[in-house]
Amino acid sequence: MSKQEFTLTVYTENQIGLLNRIAIIFSRRKINIESLNTSSTEVEGIHRFTIVIHETEEVVKKLSRQIEKQVEVLRAYYNNNEEIVWQEMAMYKVPTDEIAEKVKVERLLRQYGARAVVIRKDYTIFEATGHREETDKLISVLEPYGLLEFVRSGRVAIIKATRGFHEKLKEFEKRQPGEEVVENEFLNRKDEVFSM
Amino acid sequence: MSTTTTAPKKVVEEKATTKPTTSISGSVAVLEAFLAEGVDTIFGYPGGAIMPIYDALYDYQDKLKHILVRHEQGGIHAAQGYARTSGRVGVVFATSGPGATNLVTGLADAMIDSTPVVAITGQVFAHLLGTDAFQETDVINITTPVTKWNYQVTDATEIPAVLAKAFYIAKSGRPGPVLIDITKNAQLQKFDYAGYEKCDHVRSYRAKPNVRKEYIEEAAQLINSAEKPFVLFGQGVILGKAENEFRKFIEKSGIPAAATILGLSALTTDHPLHVGMLGMHGNYGPNVLTNECDVLIAVGMRFDDRVTGRLDKYAKQAKVVHLDIDPAEIDKNVKATVPVWGDCKETLPLLTELVESKVYPQWLQRFRDHQQQEEEACIHAELNPTTEQMTMGEVIKTLNELTKGDAVIVTDVGQHQMVACRYAKFTQSKSNVTSGGLGTMGFALPAAIGAKFGAPERTVVAIIGDGGFQMTLQELGTIMQCGIQVKILILNNQFLGMVRQWQQLFHDRRYSFVDITSPDFVQLAKAYHIEGASISERTGLEGALKKMLEHDGSYLLEVMVGKENNVFPMVPQGCSVAEIRLK
Ligand SMILES: Cc1ncc(C[n+]2csc(CCOP(=O)(O)OP(=O)(O)O)c2C)c(N)n1
Repeated sequence: MSKQEFTLTVYTENQIGLLNRIAIIFSRRKINIESLNTSSTEVEGIHRFTIVIHETEEVVKKLSRQIEKQVEVLRAYYNNNEEIVWQEMAMYKVPTDEIAEKVKVERLLRQYGARAVVIRKDYTIFEATGHREETDKLISVLEPYGLLEFVRSGRVAIIKATRGFHEKLKEFEKRQPGEEVVENEFLNRKDEVFSM
Repeated sequence: MSTTTTAPKKVVEEKATTKPTTSISGSVAVLEAFLAEGVDTIFGYPGGAIMPIYDALYDYQDKLKHILVRHEQGGIHAAQGYARTSGRVGVVFATSGPGATNLVTGLADAMIDSTPVVAITGQVFAHLLGTDAFQETDVINITTPVTKWNYQVTDATEIPAVLAKAFYIAKSGRPGPVLIDITKNAQLQKFDYAGYEKCDHVRSYRAKPNVRKEYIEEAAQLINSAEKPFVLFGQGVILGKAENEFRKFIEKSGIPAAATILGLSALTTDHPLHVGMLGMHGNYGPNVLTNECDVLIAVGMRFDDRVTGRLDKYAKQAKVVHLDIDPAEIDKNVKATVPVWGDCKETLPLLTELVESKVYPQWLQRFRDHQQQEEEACIHAELNPTTEQMTMGEVIKTLNELTKGDAVIVTDVGQHQMVACRYAKFTQSKSNVTSGGLGTMGFALPAAIGAKFGAPERTVVAIIGDGGFQMTLQELGTIMQCGIQVKILILNNQFLGMVRQWQQLFHDRRYSFVDITSPDFVQLAKAYHIEGASISERTGLEGALKKMLEHDGSYLLEVMVGKENNVFPMVPQGCSVAEIRLK
């Protein structure tokens, strides 16, 4: 099995120390985390980790089981890039006089869907959202104009085939779980979403 | 990583309560929780940051027995031994900083061997956290990889709910160690206590996966069509209290069964379908025939590398049915043809109902033939030696004859552990206490103390090497002070034997720092007012063991054994189980 990019979506309680518990599942196996983002979800009190790694599916499956085993993790899904819609946000700081003089920049920015968030006398900050290749390309485009600083956020992703977490959470809150709670990958093989 | 806007959840959700409350301290709340959870024994060691809890304990001495150990590692190993023989949660106290870090080896041991333990550590005042205060250490982060769950309490009102959660998580599902770190202010803080409510549900945690009937049916079909089925059983059977269910399953299906080291005693050793032990120093038949069976049924075991040998040559011909409570174990090392998720206490009876009643005389005979070969190649000489020096095997054999297999055998780590586990007879469950996954030298002496508290009516024999004994021998002080009866059997080969064996076999006999000198163990025991003897002649063996067992009190017996004996059979590292060497 060859390595490819996978996105893990992990639903958790909002608990101090959980980030460490999840991170060491990767570091213990010497696996590099390409990007990591945490945020709240549509359900109050439930948090969501979005983790990108480059690994084989077999390894990713095992990792997601180890993650799901953690007491405060409700669910861990893993998906390849076809199964999700994702974005990353990047910011670029460039000297204002450089770009003000060169009209070409404006066209370039339009081409890459970037917009200015701050314009000062000394510098201007642009922001662009997209896939990594797109935000990367804008770096090389801006470099000739004296790019001062660049930063990119972690990936945020939405799984195409899920319908949010509200219903699942109700199941979790039941003392006697229904059949749904622990999905079995052997039964769900045909589904688009792999879980556990 | 982006930051979040909402405050992290506390374990206690504030809820309006109508129950009458009393004002108690956080420390008292800890002890009340213990009483509600049925704790009777605490192993521990005091210090500055846990003093309020010890102060509260002063008034609970009639209800809670506290055993003062000599080192926190001893405390947690004792709690593990207690859990392993009693089937209940072991409890240990330690102070902050060095007290807490001394627990780490035991936590790792309990984690890998799925032992239910609740460790309570004191912590500096909450306002000092992160200031490098005296005896402050980041216990939560240090212990995260070696605990099933851990939590830091800084507010006493959280204590009842946190402890309820701790006990529930430690013992439910696949058990494991839980550590609760309590800051000193929370121990001192008074709050309105409305009583203790046990926890039976944590929404983000499923103790056990739902049983899927389809898989039970598929597994039964596979088993019913097998010609050479083979069962492997692990500690899951004991942890699930499913010994009877397991016995009924193999008796109806007629399938030969072999134990992992931690599975030993789940089935009585002399059961006609018990074909021995798996693993690097396990029996010949179970190892070789793993690579010949057509259906392999693994019950509550995790295919550790010491069991599988080289994984890409492990049971490749077999279809695998894997029964386990932990979904993360399925397919982790060995791919399951049919995954039977669930508690084996529930899944085994369902499976037993569907399997046909059968016998496999020819297949079973294969195990007997291999047993015979092993007997001739190594067992006979080990148990009936003609050498001048004694063997470890004959000591265990004589011990078996005297205890009739009724004793709890606690072993340390090394050659004596392998020999004891190979030859000890067990007539009842929860009788084999050893550090299997972590291989922690120094485990046996403190674990034996805990094992005796966990099963006070039983004889507890700690079998220890001359090396391992010197790692935690300070616990003789604990034995002396609490007056517990532990039989200590040191098998002294004057070497770090297991390492020496590897150096002999794989490093051209270059004995690099394995020659270990020992003090006079009998004199040492005497200094702790523990009786003892040392023997080096075979003629004295039976009498000496008898004296040890019959002595009213703890007793240390040192038996001098051959210096350079090796444990065989052996699956050399990097070899397949079928390549097991008889010599
Ligand atoms: C804490 C710890 N340190 C080192 C080891 C490595 N080790 C495994 S077996 C062994 C030798 C044990 O010698 P001894 O206690 O005399 O027992 P024997 O093998 O001679 O029976 C050693 C050093 C270990 N398992 N645990």
